[in-house]
Amino acid sequence: MSKNNCERPGMGERFKRWINDFGWARIIIALFLLFLYLIAGFFKVSRIATLNDMIARFAMNGILVLSMVPMIQSGTGLNFGVPIGIVGGLLAEAITMEYYLTGAAGFFTACLLGVFFGGIFGWFYSLLLNRVKGDEMMIATYVGFSFIYFFQMMWVGLPFHNPASVQGYKGSGLRVTISLAKYWKHILDDFLHISIPMGLDYFGNEESIEIPVGTILFTLFFCLLVWIFFRSKTGTAMTAVGSNPDYAKAAGININRMRTYSVVMSSALAAIGIIVYAQSFGYAQYYTAPNGFTFPTVAAILLGGASITKANMLNVLLGAFLFQGVISLTPSVINSAIQLDISEVIRMIVTNGLIVYALTRKRGKK
Amino acid sequence: MNDEPLLEMRNVGKDFDGNVVLKDISFTLRKGQILGLCGENGAGKSTLMNILFGMDVIRETGGYTGEVLIDGEKVEFKKPLDALYAGIGMVHQEFSLIPGFSVAENIMLNREPSKGNVISKIFGKHGKKLETVDMEQIRSTAESALSKMGVELEVESPVSEMPVGHKQFIEIAREISKIKTRLLILDEPTAVLTESEADILLQSMKKLSENGIAIIFISHRLREILEVCDKVLVMRDGLVVDEKDKEETNILEIARKMVGRNVESMEDFSNNKSKRQISDEVILSMKNFWVDMPGEAVRNVNLDVHKGEILGIAGLAGQGKLGIPNGLMGIYEAGGEVLYKGQPFSLNNTKYALEHGFAFVSEDRRGVGLLLDEPISWNILFNALQIKDLGIRSVLGGLFKFRDDKAMDKIARDYIEKLKIRCTGPGQKVRNLSGGNQQKICLSKAFCLDPEILLISEPTRGIDVGAKELVLEALRKYNSENGTTIVIVSSELEELRSISDRIAVTCEGEIFGVLPPQAKPEDFALLMSGEKMGEVSA
Repeated sequence: MSKNNCERPGMGERFKRWINDFGWARIIIALFLLFLYLIAGFFKVSRIATLNDMIARFAMNGILVLSMVPMIQSGTGLNFGVPIGIVGGLLAEAITMEYYLTGAAGFFTACLLGVFFGGIFGWFYSLLLNRVKGDEMMIATYVGFSFIYFFQMMWVGLPFHNPASVQGYKGSGLRVTISLAKYWKHILDDFLHISIPMGLDYFGNEESIEIPVGTILFTLFFCLLVWIFFRSKTGTAMTAVGSNPDYAKAAGININRMRTYSVVMSSALAAIGIIVYAQSFGYAQYYTAPNGFTFPTVAAILLGGASITKANMLNVLLGAFLFQGVISLTPSVINSAIQLDISEVIRMIVTNGLIVYALTRKRGKK
Repeated sequence: MNDEPLLEMRNVGKDFDGNVVLKDISFTLRKGQILGLCGENGAGKSTLMNILFGMDVIRETGGYTGEVLIDGEKVEFKKPLDALYAGIGMVHQEFSLIPGFSVAENIMLNREPSKGNVISKIFGKHGKKLETVDMEQIRSTAESALSKMGVELEVESPVSEMPVGHKQFIEIAREISKIKTRLLILDEPTAVLTESEADILLQSMKKLSENGIAIIFISHRLREILEVCDKVLVMRDGLVVDEKDKEETNILEIARKMVGRNVESMEDFSNNKSKRQISDEVILSMKNFWVDMPGEAVRNVNLDVHKGEILGIAGLAGQGKLGIPNGLMGIYEAGGEVLYKGQPFSLNNTKYALEHGFAFVSEDRRGVGLLLDEPISWNILFNALQIKDLGIRSVLGGLFKFRDDKAMDKIARDYIEKLKIRCTGPGQKVRNLSGGNQQKICLSKAFCLDPEILLISEPTRGIDVGAKELVLEALRKYNSENGTTIVIVSSELEELRSISDRIAVTCEGEIFGVLPPQAKPEDFALLMSGEKMGEVSA
């Protein structure tokens, strides 16, 4: 036995290390997901429909999850203030609709305006975050939620006129939910859309696997952009700021400027993220709707394996898929199993449980 | 004397994932003995102490082989608390003190004596936790622990205002105030102390051993080991290569055993120094220079640096020697008049300094000098990448600039080879390297910038004899090959005398004098401690 000591670690040891690298949380969630998927048929939940749901949700949420990356990398923490960028995206959508821009033109105009507003809001947000170094995440949570409520007043007060977006009974103030059917609903989802017929389901309806290729490509394109950015000189400096601010400072890097860049990027990405989400969902949701994005988005990137100061594209894609998978699969299977609608409760438990788990997880060894 | 040894280790061994770091370690320690433990970084000293102290890392990585015996009985500590109950106290390199608490409170932390009060009596047996803290007794216990060491400290004042040396004493006092403590492990306690403070510590250690407390003393300063220890244990590559009584050995022999080769060069210095011709050209001139660096404030420095020379800056801790390079680099706020090549030099602007040919190796290696969680190539090239576009691939005529990982790896490999950095390759995370290798990376980082002036603080702090010599040699070579002006700040006078052309001495934030390296050590001591010392510290 003692001879082996000097040689390579044994299989068991290597397996253990691999598990540790991959992270228990992800393994458990992935196994859980697989398990639910396998028993789905037993409760007469359509596997095809669930799979479609998972793919669609992954595509919808990808860019929102991606928007976490710049701030994590610059050491500004998990972006609990993601509603700030989201509100920017919603404002962009409302303005675009105000000018009756539809289809691709409308969608891309909304994205450009979203980058603009998300960026501007992000810049102000960064001024604040640079003053509260070390407490960013707590402050960001409050700021994010306050910002939503501030904009509730704006949605009522801003002079929008498009009959499709203002409240019908008084002719002013945005609706809570605006249908995008005549604007850019499914504009990405339908681009290069793939539909694979799979026969009949349990109730005798035609079933097919639907893949929103356009949305997925769009998401991957932005992942690529962010990936390239972090290989640039500025991106490298930003990573160093997140890794060790004192080191970066001694290298002549302006720390606050890098943090500001990252917050602006994160917020602009969040704005695009919500526009992509809306085109897939078919509705732009105003007022309290952005509340529902903060924790799921943070939970997704953590589940993907990101830490508080390091995140990569694999974390984004894996996190978005695993998290949205659990979120869509758990309620439908469990609801069918116990004949009770507790989907929202389960979502809450999973989301918040994941955040708590991820934040308490030991970060690196001494 | 009792013939059962207090501590005995028999054939202790340890490996991390098959990588053997300790092999067949056996030694004994009697009551009241002081055992000196020396060895290069990575020789296995810390691992051995972690085993003895039952640290979690040992158990998490699969335990150890061999036996540890205390009073002749086999023990196996599962956690540090078990070791504490067995009477082993350990003082780590990092301080664990609460800054806002007083000296006495820190010493008695979590073991506060208490006395009953009305409420606790009402709760009877369960009222123990509600008793009032007995401040009087805390004070007296703390005072007696400190006096056992022969140190006098104001036990009421908060720890945050204490100099580093005093903090070290408080840590030790905490261990010995525990009634049961019979064996004290001191891991590099003198690394952060000035020479005079270290002397007091050594005296305290002798006093403690007279009181019957055994001590394991880990230090890089061999002189100290020989001064206090009864027995010296030298480790190299996980083996005990030498175990001798103090009388049978000497510094040179220990040093030789530690590195496994001759280190004559440590002893003779500056013999060939006289041949060097240093130009009269002043490259950097400071007038009324001040730096607001906490604990190392520079008040009024007037100093000229000549082109191509190696200028040493000596001084006791807290006298401002570290403030000078930190201020020039814009790490801390600075002011005054600084001329660089005859032109006014812009202060408080790190980027400006780097762009104008300055490079800086910080004394705070792990805090400022390194990106611990990034690969070696990043650490070596980051500054050059940002300042000189080294390892950068430009796209569209420089509109976009990207990292060229291949080029970076290549440059990093060059430095790894040149400076003999022991690692698995440019992709290894810096956190996993030893102190000496980390320091070599800091040097590479500075060399990469191709500097005209290299400021370097405490280049050999906390690294072992072998690496020390390599680091100094690298500096000497760099200076002679490139004509780079080097300003080197160090607490170790011997080291400065071995490398510098001139040595400036700071005291109270001013330059008290500039001496040639051949000057008598007494002269340096005089300048460092001058008549002005003493009444200021209160």
